[in-house]
This record gives sequence, C-alpha cells and structure tokens, in this order.
Amino acid sequence: MEIKPPKIRGRLKGDTASVKCLMPHPMETGVRKDLDGNPIPAHYIETVTCTHNGEVFMTADWGPSVSKDPYLGFEVKGAKGGDVIAVSWTDNLGNSSSGELTLKGKK
Amino acid sequence: MTGLLTRRRFAQAMVALAAIGSTPLRALARNKEAFEAKMPDEALKALFGDKPMEATDAFEFKVPEIAEDGSIVPVTISTDMPGVKSISLLVDANPNPLSARFNFMPGAVTEFKTRIKMGESSDVRAVIETDDKLYVSTKNVKVTLGGCGG
Repeated sequence: MEIKPPKIRGRLKGDTASVKCLMPHPMETGVRKDLDGNPIPAHYIETVTCTHNGEVFMTADWGPSVSKDPYLGFEVKGAKGGDVIAVSWTDNLGNSSSGELTLKGKK
Repeated sequence: MTGLLTRRRFAQAMVALAAIGSTPLRALARNKEAFEAKMPDEALKALFGDKPMEATDAFEFKVPEIAEDGSIVPVTISTDMPGVKSISLLVDANPNPLSARFNFMPGAVTEFKTRIKMGESSDVRAVIETDDKLYVSTKNVKVTLGGCGG
C-alpha cells in the first residue's frame, strides 16, 4: 500500500514558527476486524522526529491510539526565514517517510 | 609513552561517549513496555519509575468536554514551564492507556496539538516531565461515539 509523505505548512510570526503537519497513515490499532470477522493487523506510526535546520528538537513515540492520518501542530522558537523544518516518521512495519518545509520570511 | 597516549585516547573516547549519552533526544528508545501496559498506572511506572508526581493546573491542557467522534479527539497542550523534557498523553479507559509521548529539547517547543482516539468516555491525563518532577493534569472527556470499534 502506497502511503503519501507528510504534508507540512507553516508561517513565521516574529521568531516563532507555527507549523502544521498532516501525516497520511492508516493507524490501525490491531483490534478491529474486517467484514468477515478477521482481525486487521496493527499498522501505526511508532516514532516521529522533527528537526529544525537538521537539528532534532522534538521526537514523539506513538501508540496506535493516535488518530488516523495523524495531525501534529507545534510552535518552533528561534526560527527565521530560510530555516528548514522537517518531519519524519517510522511505523511498526518498518516503513518510513518524511517531508520538509522552508520557512518564508525575514532572514 | 604509547601507553600514555592510548590512555589519553581512551579518556577522550569516554568524554565523547558521555556527550552522546547526555544528548536527551536520540538516546531515548521507544518504551515498548509502557505502550503495551493495560493500566494507566503501569504505563506511568514503566515510563517514569517512582518519580514524584504532582497534580497541577499550571499548564494549559485543552480537550473537548464532549467529543462527538471518539476517533478524532483534538488535544492541545501549551506550557511555559522551564525544563520540560517530555509530555505524555494517557487515556485511562483505552485498552492501552498510553497514547503518545513527546520528547523535547528543553525550551524548544511551547505548544503542540494532535488528535487521539478514545474508545469510550474517560479521564485523559497529560503528564509533563521535568528534571526532578512530574506534573499531571487530568480532564474528563465524554465520548458520544467510540473510536476503536470502527
């Protein structure tokens, strides 16, 4: 199954960037069953890493109880125009994906 | 002479190792035991051991009072507490209460939002970890339609 990379949007206000990130992912819990009653295997994002100009400032460990197509919004302090914010994830089946954003604004 | 040199090399290597060890973010592996725990207290214990915990309203923890759809419950946490290392989210009534844990470079992030699933109405806890203490804020969310049954 093809999973699309995370979509990241953000804007600068002063030296703070508000960033929104949407990660398309099924986030299957492993407890649901399909129409024939067979269990649907768990498939969810386990770790998320957020970087600012290549430096990790936030990581997240997730369980399957984070909503489908997870949304993550956060604010980054000390940001300026031209800075790169990147978000990457790894799921429990070993897939991974990433997306990045270059902030527009005063350098 | 060579012995001295290797000893110095060894010391340098140890310093380098210590530096890696103190990098707070990369060093942390996902705590599998905590995510598999069936009870909220078990999960907290697996995450933090016996660190003292204090109930507080000193940070903002926003969840809806009534969630119509348990599969998308928005959560907002914002704090300007100093030295926040991690924030964990637990839903007491979920089969595995620990939902997410966020680790930060101290002071890097003051606010974040995400969305979680809730099987039924339950208390939701946000636990902030600082160097010496845990701060917990608990909110009750009523769920009209459960988010785990599909």
